[in-house]
Amino acid sequence: MEHIQLTVDIGSSGIASGAGKVYDHLRTIVEKDNLAVNLKQTSGIGMCYKEPLLEVVDADGTYLYGDMTPELAEEVIHSHLKLNVPLKQYVVHSNRIQSDHNRFLDDQIRIALRNCGVIDPEKIDEYEQHNGYKAIQSILSENLSTENIIQTIQDSGLRGRGGGGFPTGLKWKFAANNVAIEKYIICNADEGDPGAFMDRSLLEGDPHAVLEGMIIGARAMGATAGVIYCRAEYPLAIKRLNIAIHQAREKGYLGKNIFGVTGFDFNINVKEGAGAFVCGEETALIASIEGKRGMPRKRPPFPAASGLWNKPSNINNVETLANIPWIIQHGASAYAQYGTEKSKGTKVFALAGKINRGGLVEVPMGISLEEVVNNLGGGVPNNKKLKAVQLGGPSGGCIPEHLMHTKVDYESVTATGAIMGSGGLVVMDEDTCMVDVARFFLDFTRKESCGKCTFCRVGTKRMLEILTGITEGKGVIEDIDKLLELGEQIKKNSLCGLGQTAPNPVLTTIKYFRDEYEAHIIDKKCPAAVCKQLLHYEIIEDKCTGCTVCAKVCPTNAISGERKQVHYIDQEKCIQCGECFNKCNFDAISVS
Amino acid sequence: MRVKRVEPNTKQPQTASKVDLSLMDPLITTLRKKRGNLIPILQGVQRIYGYLPEASFYKIADETGLKLADLYGVATFYAQFRLKPVGKNIVKVCHGTACHVQNAGKISRSMEDTLGIKDGETTEDMLFTLESVACLGCCSLAPVMMIGDETYGNLDQKSAAKIVKEIRRNEK
Ligand SMILES: Cc1cc2nc3c(=O)[nH]c(=O)nc-3n(C[C@H](O)[C@H](O)[C@H](O)COP(=O)(O)O)c2cc1C
Ligand code: FES
Repeated sequence: MEHIQLTVDIGSSGIASGAGKVYDHLRTIVEKDNLAVNLKQTSGIGMCYKEPLLEVVDADGTYLYGDMTPELAEEVIHSHLKLNVPLKQYVVHSNRIQSDHNRFLDDQIRIALRNCGVIDPEKIDEYEQHNGYKAIQSILSENLSTENIIQTIQDSGLRGRGGGGFPTGLKWKFAANNVAIEKYIICNADEGDPGAFMDRSLLEGDPHAVLEGMIIGARAMGATAGVIYCRAEYPLAIKRLNIAIHQAREKGYLGKNIFGVTGFDFNINVKEGAGAFVCGEETALIASIEGKRGMPRKRPPFPAASGLWNKPSNINNVETLANIPWIIQHGASAYAQYGTEKSKGTKVFALAGKINRGGLVEVPMGISLEEVVNNLGGGVPNNKKLKAVQLGGPSGGCIPEHLMHTKVDYESVTATGAIMGSGGLVVMDEDTCMVDVARFFLDFTRKESCGKCTFCRVGTKRMLEILTGITEGKGVIEDIDKLLELGEQIKKNSLCGLGQTAPNPVLTTIKYFRDEYEAHIIDKKCPAAVCKQLLHYEIIEDKCTGCTVCAKVCPTNAISGERKQVHYIDQEKCIQCGECFNKCNFDAISVS
Repeated sequence: MRVKRVEPNTKQPQTASKVDLSLMDPLITTLRKKRGNLIPILQGVQRIYGYLPEASFYKIADETGLKLADLYGVATFYAQFRLKPVGKNIVKVCHGTACHVQNAGKISRSMEDTLGIKDGETTEDMLFTLESVACLGCCSLAPVMMIGDETYGNLDQKSAAKIVKEIRRNEK
């Protein structure tokens, strides 16, 4: 058992799957049996679909075990460590065993995620052992100039990963050019896209990388203080950030005269968000940090000229910042070797929805959606057919199956009507109703609209009303044109990005799934059998045993029949609540 | 729209006897002078009481000089703040995109049935408050819900009901 390393993946997804219990149990065993192994924790390798994960590294190779429970982990210890027989049936990734699961990790290029799932995020030493804080140290020891740092970032082609895709180097240049005594660098960790978790995993798995990215930014732009605005729904990310900041301060990497350089003062504080999607927008985020209602304002002035406390400020996304130390260390061309002409480097995606291997992946730009979903994600479960991929959340759109060859880069994705967004990728199959999805997003944006400008405030409300009508079978065919017109108006006239992109989910679903809208409107049918009011329930006579359960649960007494006799649904009285369908023990109720 | 119309409340502020306002003192002392302290103060108060008692607004305004209107404006803007007492366990059912396409509606309905309350309400015994939220960041485990600091994934109606029933049993 020489040099055996046991690692348990303890991030939010892992904990939700029971990784904490696995770790505790292992620790008990290791202590009790006095095993000569090194047991440690890490966070977020990204294989959320196989969590809890336990990695065993021995002299032969690496073995990642998935779907662990305390009992199974004990079995692994017994068989793998004591008898030297790996339990192959639970191995989800190994350099010793061939399996299709390997592709989930092997097809990735991990730059932003380089340390996620590798180091213990609560230990600064481990980050340093993996080249941590080397980038900033080399900048300082070589006395690299501001222009030099910014030029490297510009040459790398890195673009903002928060959704906008603005060239990072250029943004830094703007902020650097505004001379001021006080200047801020802000990390946007608000991650509002419902269905995305890239930034959470990064903060939980490698908080020091984000801090180092900010310190480099501070050096390049002359920022005097940093703020990380993190959403309150991410308690573990906030906790680990605070631990990391504390450790960095103790080491003299944050505070006054940091890294021993006289006059280089820089500190970082974490601000907890209070639950408002619009606060992901730069000017709203600044208002929120200042303690105001998070309402966007007109730009210009851009934050680079007048941001937090009216001082020049630069805002970057978590993933953008995590890339920075790597780029400085490996050089601009090492980063730019990946990707397409206009979109360089890699992008992290959060795979979720109807996909076999849901989790976090980092892929080179220019890879096709098909490859991401099928090769890494393992395709759609239960032999269902893929219908669309949603990119960019409430600001994005649905890319249909026939466009799955679309390359993942800013321009190609935008050409479909969706946007690259921050990296949320939700897969939808034949059981997903596209009208319902559009309604879902509009419901979200309507609730999250701050109410400042009319087009967004009233426009999203009207669009939602029309969409709700359609899903309830009350739509008329003119509604489609009305949605298109309203959508264009809202895009053109809204104050901030929230309104300017809110119609995208509707416009793309109309563009690619008009037939589904028409089925709802003309035939009063929901092809995916999702929209409740359009469903039709019927009792299958051959299967009905007359147990009376359905009649009892029916809230409108629409079901009648004698005990032990076939029952019937009175379609006039039925309100399509689905209770009978849920409660029937004999699958005797059909829904269409 | 985040701006909610609020009924004017003509009642007197809650008397200090109901909530112990002195619990806020350390918080106010540390944050009183800080720039941008408004939201952290409200967050701190909510951490103490679980919600923002009406009387706390007056105390904050008195002692920090922040305007009541600003406090109330911020408290009603952000989804995090609550103006009513909540149950001991807050059940947050995720309705983010991934959870929505994996039928989060069923989880909410199961919770409503099991707890006997509607979304946004609190049980009479003050044990549970039911809320829906947009994304808990565990989308690969959808559908997901969170109770306290604990997140539960890959739920169905039955397993979700079982979880709250067990919490209820342990509370008794
Ligand atoms: C409504 C709205 C929500 C946004 N939410 C986020 C977010 O959650 N995280 C993020 O990094 N950027 C978000 N953005 C983009 C930011 O405004 C900003 O462009 C970004 O943080 C800049 O960093 P980057 O250049 O590194 O991408 C949002 C924009 C809008 C309009
Ligand atoms: S969508 Fe439910 S956890 Fe993200």
